[in-house]
Amino acid sequence: MTRRSRVLFAFGAVLLILGAVGAGLYVQSWLEPSALGGRVSLGGPFTLTRAGGVTVTESTYRGKWLLVYFGYTYCPDACPTALNAIAEAMVKLGPAAANVQPLFITVDPARDTPAVVGEYVKAFDPRIVGLTGTEGQIAAVAKEYQVYYKRRDTDGGPYLMDHTSLIYVVDPAGKLVRFFGGSSSGERIAQHLLELMNQTS
Amino acid sequence: MKHIVFLALALLAVLPAHAQKAPSSTLTVEQVWARATPGGAKTGAVYLTVVNGTGSDDKIVAVSTPAAREAQLHTMIDDNGVMKMRELKSIDVKAGATVTLKPGGMHVMLIGLAKQLKPGDSFPLTLEFEKGGKKELTVAVTKAGAMGMGNMGGMGNTPGMGNMDNMPGHDMGSMGGHGMGGKQN
Repeated sequence: MTRRSRVLFAFGAVLLILGAVGAGLYVQSWLEPSALGGRVSLGGPFTLTRAGGVTVTESTYRGKWLLVYFGYTYCPDACPTALNAIAEAMVKLGPAAANVQPLFITVDPARDTPAVVGEYVKAFDPRIVGLTGTEGQIAAVAKEYQVYYKRRDTDGGPYLMDHTSLIYVVDPAGKLVRFFGGSSSGERIAQHLLELMNQTS
Repeated sequence: MKHIVFLALALLAVLPAHAQKAPSSTLTVEQVWARATPGGAKTGAVYLTVVNGTGSDDKIVAVSTPAAREAQLHTMIDDNGVMKMRELKSIDVKAGATVTLKPGGMHVMLIGLAKQLKPGDSFPLTLEFEKGGKKELTVAVTKAGAMGMGNMGGMGNTPGMGNMDNMPGHDMGSMGGHGMGGKQN
């Protein structure tokens, strides 16, 4: 191979790689229109029900910071971990917690009635509001937050849910601004939330 | 020679503390705990640590407790923020190894709780090893969202979870098309 043909070969290889990456990005953007442009618009309108049959929408808590987590009450590990982090964050926030509303939204409305989900969250912090809805309402709010959930049947036992385990921060204007892993510490969440609050006040 | 001594010292320094103890020749299970369950919850999780001080590989092959209709070995898979819980047929505990079942990872899942688990309660649990046989254990119940046995009743630190606490917060702007979107169905 001459020097020139080697250069050409390398150039061709680079072009091929760039082309493949480009095609991949194109296909991805086609599959996920909401992710176009890098900035995602999440956290839109929803209608859900809390304990006592009270209807809650995205405007119910407008003016407050929201900590939103999606889970289900049959969840023995990930959901208690995340809800504990939220409860811990509420304590660490001190007086600033008055401006924060934590929401637990079930992805298992068939088993999680308003009463069940309301009773469940109380064990972590009475300030957390548990929300459920019809299957359609849950599908809609999950879509707004790009939360994935899927029923998984087990041999003999109750079914489980695979689900996105992230803690979302929604600002007082209703814009989703940040998310944390479901196993983040409450202290971290509180610290970031206080920073966000200071930036906007 | 100097180098070898240095290397040996360095190796010693990185060995976990338990490995420096006089080697015991037994299989032990310690730090057996469960979280208190919220009212109405039908499931729970038990966490524990197995120290295989024997010279041979072993595995947990079965688990049972009168506290629940059924107990299963489970693991959590974190697939880009999606938590997937899966049943395990067994959990390997290699010779000399310490295996910890902890929040966010492996656990014993309790299905169909006989009664609500309350902080301060305890209940029996039987762990069966392929070679080590049955171990009769007592599970201590901590508060609902506890991350370890250490913080019973108190808020605050989360022992055993240090590596996961380091996960940074994420700006929504940095999400791009990565991770969360594509799996909607």
